[in-house]
Amino acid sequence: MIRVVVQVGAIDFATETDRHDAGGHGATASFVGRVRGDDGVTQLFLEHHPQMTERGLADLAHAAADRWRLPALTLIHRVGAMAPGETIVLVLASSPHRAEALAACTFLIDRLKTDVMLWKRETLADGAARWVEPRTADQERAEGWD
Amino acid sequence: MALQLAYFAWVRERMGCGEEQVEPPASVATASDLIAWLAARDDRGARAFAEPARIRVAIDGQMMGNDAALAGARDVALFPPVTGG
Repeated sequence: MIRVVVQVGAIDFATETDRHDAGGHGATASFVGRVRGDDGVTQLFLEHHPQMTERGLADLAHAAADRWRLPALTLIHRVGAMAPGETIVLVLASSPHRAEALAACTFLIDRLKTDVMLWKRETLADGAARWVEPRTADQERAEGWD
Repeated sequence: MALQLAYFAWVRERMGCGEEQVEPPASVATASDLIAWLAARDDRGARAFAEPARIRVAIDGQMMGNDAALAGARDVALFPPVTGG
């Protein structure tokens, strides 16, 4: 089962993990992305597209399901304002075998960074705001899956 | 050719609005042409589209290359490279 969510509210890891997989799939790999607290960032804002962000996540989830055996796949991305330490993104991929679950999880987070309509804006302690620039390393990792 | 445009992130901020309807001339055939036309149209366009290589495009809900044709398009989104995850 594929579950894709774009939400403003907090992501609760335990709740989502229980909902994702009652334990029957063998291996579950997870990735949790949290707001970084370095560089004096006090708030992170995630801008998104009202339709295309969720569709982009769903397209990625289906691409992963075509590539690996994944009886359960959960992809949740938060949007709006959040504080350092809060969870931005949660990827859960389950498979009968760990190699496929781990590969799918890596694929999803790598491609999510370059393929889905989301933009990060950081606010610093002095109130100044800046849009985060894409990283070349992220682009190269995403292209490694082509 | 009436187009419904949507802007995101710093493109939206520099344009001063999230969406607008435009009527570009017939010579605007591709997304790149549209970006150049907006850059030449006024000061806010010049600020938002000063670096066309940093602009990404979606046409009618599909991410496309900037050389994509606009024929038949209704909705065009213009935005910086994405930074989610």
